[in-house]
Amino acid sequence: MFSFLYNNKIRFILFQVIAVLLVTYVAYYAVNNLNYNIERLGIRSGFGFLDIKAGFDIAEHFIAYTSESTNLGAFYVGLTNTIVVSIIGIIFASVLGLIIGVARLSNNYLISKLAETYVEIFRNIPILLQILFWYNLMLISLPLPRNSYDFFNGIFLNLRGIYLPKPIAETGFSWVIIAFLLGVFICFFVKWFFNKKHDETGVKHRTWGYYLASLLGLPLSVYLLLGSPIHFDYPALQGFNFTGGLSFSPEFLAIVAALSIYSATYISEAIRAGIESVDKGQKEAALAMGLTQRQTLKFVLLPQALRVAIPPIINQYLNLTKNSSLAAAIGYADLVGVFSGTVLNQVGQAIEIILMTMAVYLTLSLVISLGLNVVNYRMRIVGANE
Amino acid sequence: MNKILKFSAASLLVINGLNAQADTLSDVQAKGSLSCGVTTGLAGFSAIDKNRKWVGLDVDLCRAIAAATLGDSEKVKYVPLTAKERFTALQSGEIDVLLRVTTWTLTRDASLGLTFAGVNYYDGQGFMVKKNLGVKDASELHGATFCVNKGTTTELNLADYAKEEGFKYNTSITDTIAQTRSNFETGRCDSLTTDQSRLYALRTTLKDPSSAVVLPNVISKEPLGPVVRQGDGKWFNIVRWTLNAMITAEELGVTSATVDKSSKSSEINRLLGNTGLMGEYLGLDKKWSYNIIKQVGNYSESFERNIGVNTPINITRGLNALWKDGGILYSPPFR
Repeated sequence: MFSFLYNNKIRFILFQVIAVLLVTYVAYYAVNNLNYNIERLGIRSGFGFLDIKAGFDIAEHFIAYTSESTNLGAFYVGLTNTIVVSIIGIIFASVLGLIIGVARLSNNYLISKLAETYVEIFRNIPILLQILFWYNLMLISLPLPRNSYDFFNGIFLNLRGIYLPKPIAETGFSWVIIAFLLGVFICFFVKWFFNKKHDETGVKHRTWGYYLASLLGLPLSVYLLLGSPIHFDYPALQGFNFTGGLSFSPEFLAIVAALSIYSATYISEAIRAGIESVDKGQKEAALAMGLTQRQTLKFVLLPQALRVAIPPIINQYLNLTKNSSLAAAIGYADLVGVFSGTVLNQVGQAIEIILMTMAVYLTLSLVISLGLNVVNYRMRIVGANE
Repeated sequence: MNKILKFSAASLLVINGLNAQADTLSDVQAKGSLSCGVTTGLAGFSAIDKNRKWVGLDVDLCRAIAAATLGDSEKVKYVPLTAKERFTALQSGEIDVLLRVTTWTLTRDASLGLTFAGVNYYDGQGFMVKKNLGVKDASELHGATFCVNKGTTTELNLADYAKEEGFKYNTSITDTIAQTRSNFETGRCDSLTTDQSRLYALRTTLKDPSSAVVLPNVISKEPLGPVVRQGDGKWFNIVRWTLNAMITAEELGVTSATVDKSSKSSEINRLLGNTGLMGEYLGLDKKWSYNIIKQVGNYSESFERNIGVNTPINITRGLNALWKDGGILYSPPFR
C-alpha cells in the first residue's frame, strides 16, 4: 500500500510538500499565538496610533515637524534623519576610502604604512565603541557656546554643534539654476559634436575647456550679472545658544564621523583589491599597443579594477546604512531613536513599531542591493557568459 | 508520517505551554525569588551601594513584596531596565513587578496590558540648572537646551510646557541616566529636566553638587508606583496591599523595631495578622505583613533611610507625608 513511497519522484515531491507545510504551520502558529496573547493581556494593537498626536519635540529634523504632528510625522522625521546620515556617511566614507586605498599602494613607505595603520586600527574596533568615543570626545573637548571657536567670522563650533551661515536664495536665483542646466545641456552637445568629428576625421580635440566654461562660467556670470542674488543667514549667540544659520548637532557629527571612518577602512581595502587584481602585463601590453597613459587607465585598467571593487563597496554602503541605527545610542534622532525609542515608549505597541522599523531597513537594504545587481550586470565581462 | 504528526503535536503542546501563563504568585513561589524591574541606577530609588547591594525606596518595596510572598526580603532578583525597555520586560513576563519610578497615566494603565497597583511616591517634573547661569525661574529658560531621558513622560511635559510658555528650545535626548548626567555636566545642555526627586538624587552624584540648583517650578503631576500585568487580580492585590501595609504601619506607629512588642490595639493586631484572615484572603502566609515590617520597615523608615532629610538626597516628606500630617498618603483600612 505504501509502495508509492519508494518511488523516487513521489518521494522527492512529498518531502518538499511536508517541508512547506511545516514551515507554514509554524509561521501560522506563531502569528496566532501572538494574536491570542495580545488579546489575553489586553494590549492595544493595530496601526491607529500613527494618527495620534506625537506630543514630543525632536531637536533635529529636515522636514516640518512640531509636537502637534502625528506619530506618523515622527516616523517620517526618523526616516529622513536615517537617510540623511546614511547618504552623508556614504559620501565621506567613499572619498576617505579612495584616498586611503590609493595611499596604501603608494611607493612612499611612510604614506603606505600610515594608511595600513589606519585601516588596521579602525577596522578592528567595534563601531558602537567608535560612535561613543567620537561623541564623548566632542563633548569633553569642545567649548561652551559663549566660548565657541569662530572660523572665518561666521562658522561657530561648540559642544552644542557646528553652526554655519545658511545661504538663502533671493528672487532671480532661479535664473542661475537655469543657466547651470543649460550648461549641462551644452556639455552633452559638445561631447556629441566632438565625438562625431573624431569619428569623421580621426582628430581628437581637448574638450575640458568647453565643459568648464559651460558648467561653471555660464552660471557664475549670470549670478554676477544679477547682482549676487543670495544672502546668508549668519548664526548668532542669543541667550543660551546660537540661533539662525544652519546647524548640526554633536550627535549628528559623531555618527557621521564614526560611520565614515569605519566604513572607509573596508572601502579602501576593496579599492586596493580592485587595482591589484589587474595584471601588470595588461598595462604594459596596452602601452605597447600605442594607447596613451590616460587611455590605458580608462579603457583597460579601470573597467577591470572596478568590476572587482564595486560589489564589495556597495556592500559597505549597505552595512553603513544598517549601522546608522546605532546612532540611537548617543541620542541622534534617527528612525530607531525616534520611532522605536520615543514613540514606542509613548504608545507601547512594540510589535507594530518594531515591524515597521525592520521593514524600513529591509527596504533600504533591498534598494541598495538592487543598485548593486544593476551595476554588476553592466560591469560583467561581455561575451564571457554568452 | 506518524512521527511527524507526533512531533507537531508535541511542538503544539510546548508552544501552548508558553501560552498559558500561570498566576504570578505561584510563579514567584515556584522560582523562590521575585524578579523586580528597577532603574539602571538612580540614587535613593534603586541603586547599588558601597556593599554591592541594591538599595532605595523602590528597592524597599521590591523587598517588601518578597517578604510578603516568600517570607524573605532578600529573595529578590533585580533587573535593571532603561525607560524604553521597562514595559516590554513586564509584558513579556521577564519581571514580576516593575518598580522603576514609573508615572501612572491613563494611557499606560489602559493600553499596555498593565496596571498600576498604587503610588509609592508623589512627584512632579522640575528643572535643574548650573548655578552660574543665574537662572531663578524656569520661565527664564527661553532658547535653552534641555537634557531629557528618552521615552519618558518628561519629553511630553516639556513640549507642553514650552508651548504654553511660548518658548523655543533644543533637546539632548539620552537613553541612560548616566549619559544624561554626564551631558549636563559637560554643558551639552543648560538644564536637566525630569521628576524633582530624581533631580535631587542626580545632584548628589554630580562632581560638585553645589554647582547646580533645582528650580522651584513643578510643571506636572508624576505619581510613581509599582506596575503589574493586567488580568492577574491576585498578584495585583498583593502588590497593592504590601504598599498599604507599609503606609498603615507608619500610621499606627509600628516600626521594624517595635513590631515584636505585643499590642492591645485591635488595628495593629489586624495589620500584623494576629487576628483575622487577611493573609489568607490575599493567598499569603498569615505573617506576610509582619515579615514586611520586620524585614523592611514601615513607609517612613524606608523614606528616611533612602531619600529623607538625613540622606545626601535630602527630600522633605511634603506631598508624601501621611494625610494626617499634611500629605496625601492614605491607605484604605485593614479590615
